[in-house]
Amino acid sequence: MLVLQGIVDGILAGGLYALMGSGLTLVFGVMEVINFAQGIIVVLGAYLTYVFSTHIGVDPLVTLLITIPIMFALGYGVYALLLRPIKRDRVIMSLLVMYAVAVVIEGCLDIIFGGTLVQVHAAYSTSSIHVAGLEFSDLYLLAFGLSAVLLAVLYVILYRTKFGRSLRATTQNPTAAKLVGIDVDRVSATTLGIGVGLGAAGGMLFGMTESFNASSSYDLISRLLVIVILGGFGSVWGAMVAAIIMLVVEDVVAVVWSPVWGQTVFYLVLAAVLMFRPQGLFGRLAVRAQ
Amino acid sequence: MSLIDVREVIKHYGGIRALDGCTMAFEEGAINGLIGPNGSGKTTLFNVLTGYERPDGGAVHLQGEDITAFTPDKVFARGVGRTFQLTRVFQRLTVVENLHVAAQRTGGFRAELSRWSSGSERARAKEVLDFVGLTRLAAEVAGNLSYGQQKLLEFAAIMIAEPRVILLDEPAGGVNPTLLSHLASRIQALNAEGTTFVVVEHDMEFVMGLCHRVCVMHQGRALCAGNPEEVRADPMVLEAYLGTDMRPMEHADVEVR
Amino acid sequence: MAVIQATPELLSPTEIDRAFRDPYALSARTRGISWTVLLAVLVMFPLVFTNPAVTSVAVFTMFFLLATVAWNMFSGYSGYISIGHAVYYGFGQYAVALLILHLSITSGVSELALLPIAGVVAAAVAVPVGLLVLRVRRHTFIVLTIAVMFIFQLLAFNFPSITGGSAGMNVAPPTWSGNDFNLPFYYIALGTAIIALALSWGIRRSKFGLGLLAIRDDEDRAKGLGIRVTRTKLIALVISAFFVGIAGGLYAIFVGQVFPQFAFTPFYDLYLAVFSFVGGLGTLSGPVLGALVLGPLQQYFELQFGATTLYLIIYGVLFIVILLLLPRGVVPSIADRYHSLLAAHWRRAEERRSRSGPATPSAVTTGEARTESVPAVPTVREGA
Repeated sequence: MLVLQGIVDGILAGGLYALMGSGLTLVFGVMEVINFAQGIIVVLGAYLTYVFSTHIGVDPLVTLLITIPIMFALGYGVYALLLRPIKRDRVIMSLLVMYAVAVVIEGCLDIIFGGTLVQVHAAYSTSSIHVAGLEFSDLYLLAFGLSAVLLAVLYVILYRTKFGRSLRATTQNPTAAKLVGIDVDRVSATTLGIGVGLGAAGGMLFGMTESFNASSSYDLISRLLVIVILGGFGSVWGAMVAAIIMLVVEDVVAVVWSPVWGQTVFYLVLAAVLMFRPQGLFGRLAVRAQ
Repeated sequence: MSLIDVREVIKHYGGIRALDGCTMAFEEGAINGLIGPNGSGKTTLFNVLTGYERPDGGAVHLQGEDITAFTPDKVFARGVGRTFQLTRVFQRLTVVENLHVAAQRTGGFRAELSRWSSGSERARAKEVLDFVGLTRLAAEVAGNLSYGQQKLLEFAAIMIAEPRVILLDEPAGGVNPTLLSHLASRIQALNAEGTTFVVVEHDMEFVMGLCHRVCVMHQGRALCAGNPEEVRADPMVLEAYLGTDMRPMEHADVEVR
Repeated sequence: MAVIQATPELLSPTEIDRAFRDPYALSARTRGISWTVLLAVLVMFPLVFTNPAVTSVAVFTMFFLLATVAWNMFSGYSGYISIGHAVYYGFGQYAVALLILHLSITSGVSELALLPIAGVVAAAVAVPVGLLVLRVRRHTFIVLTIAVMFIFQLLAFNFPSITGGSAGMNVAPPTWSGNDFNLPFYYIALGTAIIALALSWGIRRSKFGLGLLAIRDDEDRAKGLGIRVTRTKLIALVISAFFVGIAGGLYAIFVGQVFPQFAFTPFYDLYLAVFSFVGGLGTLSGPVLGALVLGPLQQYFELQFGATTLYLIIYGVLFIVILLLLPRGVVPSIADRYHSLLAAHWRRAEERRSRSGPATPSAVTTGEARTESVPAVPTVREGA
C-alpha cells in the first residue's frame, strides 16, 4: 500500500514536473537554447502568485491570468533583446546568457524577498480525497489536472494551428523555414514566451506544493534538466513520460527507503538509462549522418 | 581481382530500403564509377563501406578481410579514405592543419605526443598542397575557402595519408569546370601511381570520361556494371534513370543529368 | 609524384615555413616577449603590492587562472563545453579536507604536498564520469555535465558521515600566518598554472591536440581519418580534471572550509566558461587573458557587494554585456585580423608578380586537360 501510495504521489507530482519541463524542452527543440533560467522562472512565477494571492487576496488559480501574460512578455523580451543577437556558438552562448539571466533574476528575488522560505496558501491546500485507502491530495490533483489542461493546450497549439506548423518547421530546419517565409525570430521569441509562461504556470503550482525561496531554483533546474535529458532533448512527450517515471521512482524509493535516497536514485536512474540510450528515451542522437 | 567486395548488403531506414541486397565489386587499380538515380543507395553504400553505418545484413570485404563491423577509424587504418557529398573539412583549422589531421595516425600514442609538424611531414604536406594547387592558401582557415577549394582540400587531406582506395562522393558537385578538370587530372595522376578510386557522381560526362569501369545502382541494388560505353548503351540503365517508359535517348550524358 | 608548380616563389621561405609549422597568429618573437613580460609582472605582483587584501584577490585570481587554463585544455580544444568541472573542483577540495582530517596533518608544508593527490583524485573521478558523459555531444553533453555536478553536490549533502553534509568541513589552517600568509598560495597556484599552460601549449602543437581540434570541428570526419576520438577526449578531460582538482585543493586549504554548495557549485563553471569565452575559446592565451581581467573583477564585486545578493545582479549583467559585445573572444578576433592581413599581403605579392615578368598562372587555373584515352577494363556484370 505504501508503494502504491508512492506511485500515486509520483504520478501526480510527475504531472507538475512535466508542465515545468515542457517549457524547457520546447524551447530547446525550437531554437537549441538550453534555458538554464527555467528553474528561477518557476520560482519567479511562484513569487508572483505569492504576491498576488497573499497581498491582494486573489485566488492562486486566478493569478495565472496575470502571471502568464507577464511571463510570456518576459520570455519574448529576453529572446528579442539577448538571444537574437547571438550569431556564433549559439548553443553554448545562449546557455551562458540564460545562465546570467538566471543569476540576475535570482539576485533580484533575493533582494526583494530575502531568504525566508514562503508558500502559497489556498483553501484546498491541505484537503484530500480518500479512495480505496489511497490518499489523493486535492492540491496535487489540481496540479495534475491543470498540467494536463495546459499541456493539452500546448498540443493543440503545436499540432493544430498555423503557428504550431511554423514552430515545428523551425524546429526541424530553421534555414529552410526562413526560406519559405516563416519569421523564425518571431516564432523563436513566441516559443520562449510560451516556455517561460508554462514555467510560470508550473511555478504557481510549485509555490502551493512546496515552500520555496530564490535558491530553490537550483534544485528545480537540476531536476528539470534530468527529466528533459531522459525524455530526449526537444521531445515534449518524452519530457512528460520521463517526469512521471522519475517522480514515481523517487517517491517509491522515498517511502520504502528514505527521502534522501529518493533524490539520489532520481539521478542514478538517469546515469543508468544513459549508459544504454545516450540520446534519452525518446530522443535522437545529434549525429550528422550526412 | 577485386579490392572491395560488397555481398548482399542490406540497410533499412524505417520503411525505406536504402540498400536491398546490394552485391558488387570494385576493381583494384582502377577508377571505378558508381552511378544511379537519386535515392538509389550510393551514399549509403559509401557509409557502410567506411564504417559510418552498420548494415542490417550482408558483408563487406576488403582484400578478403571482413570489414563489415569496423568503425570509421579502423576502416581508415586499413587504407580506405573517403570524401563526403557535402564537403567536410575542419572549418576552423588552417589548410595545413587539415592535412596533418589525416597524416598522422600511425605509431601509437607516443607518436601522438610529438609535434604535428615534423620536418618530413611538413615537406609531405607541401608536396600534397602543390599537387592540388592550394599552396598559397596554406595558412588560410579552411572555412574561408571557396566550396571548390574545400573539395580539393578534402581530397588532399585523404591523399596525404596515402590510402589504397579513395572513395569520392560527388566530387564534381558544385565545382566549376576548370577546377573539375584539374581534379580529374589529379585523380588520374594518383591512379597512375596505383591508387584505386571509387567515384560516385551524377555528372555523366565526368564519370564516363574518367572511369575505367562503371557500376550502376538502382533501388538499393546493383543493376549492372561494365566499361563506360557498355553502361551508356545498356537499356536497363536508361530505364532506371527515366522510369519504366524507355524513351530513346540520343545524348545520354545530357539527358541523364 | 607529379608535382604542379603552384606559384612557389610567392612566399618567402620563412613565410612558407611558418604556414606549415605554426598554428599561432603572432610571430614567435612577439609571443616570447609578451609571455616573458606577463610572467615577470605576475611574479613581481605580490612583492610590490603587499597589502593582504590585494594579495588575497590575487590568490583567487591565480586559482581562476589555473582552472581556466585547465578547463580550456579540454572544453576549448575539443569543443565539448563542460559546465560540470566543479565536480573536479569539489573532489579536489574534499580530497584535501578528508586527507588532512584523517591523517591528522598539522604542519603546513605537508598540507601542500597533498595537492597532487587532490589532482589525482579528481583525474580518477574524471574517468568514469567521462566515459558516461562523452557518449553524447553538444547540448546533451553540456546538460549532462550540469546534471552530474548536481549529483555530486547531492551526494556531498547526503553523506554527512563522510562529508559533514550541509554543515561542511573545516580544514586545519597551515602553520604560517601573518602578512605573508597569501604568498605560498599565490606562487604555488602561479607555478601550477604555468605548468598547465606549458602543457596546453604542448597539446596545441601535438598530434594529440590537433586531433582534439579536429574533433571540435567535425567529430565524425575526424573518426573517419583514423583519430580514436573517445580516447582522445577522455585523456584531455582527465588532464583538465587533474589541474582543476589541484585548484580545488588549494582553495580548500586557503579558505579553510568546504561546503557542498560551494565545492560543487554551478557558478564555478559559469566563471570558467565566461572567462575562456571572453579571452578566446580554444586559444592558448585567451583563458589567461580572461582569467586575469575578469577574475579580479569578480573578486572585487564579491568583496564590495558580497553582503547582499546585489553582486549576483552585477555579475549577471556584466556577463551578459560581455558575451553580447565580445561574442568571439578577444584573441580569435586579433588572430583573424592577422590572418586576413597576411592573406592580403600574399595577394598583393601575387599581383606584383603577375604584372612583372612572364605570367606563371597558378595550378588551379591551368589544371591539365583531362586525357580521354582511358584504358578500358573488361566488362564484368554482377548483381542485377
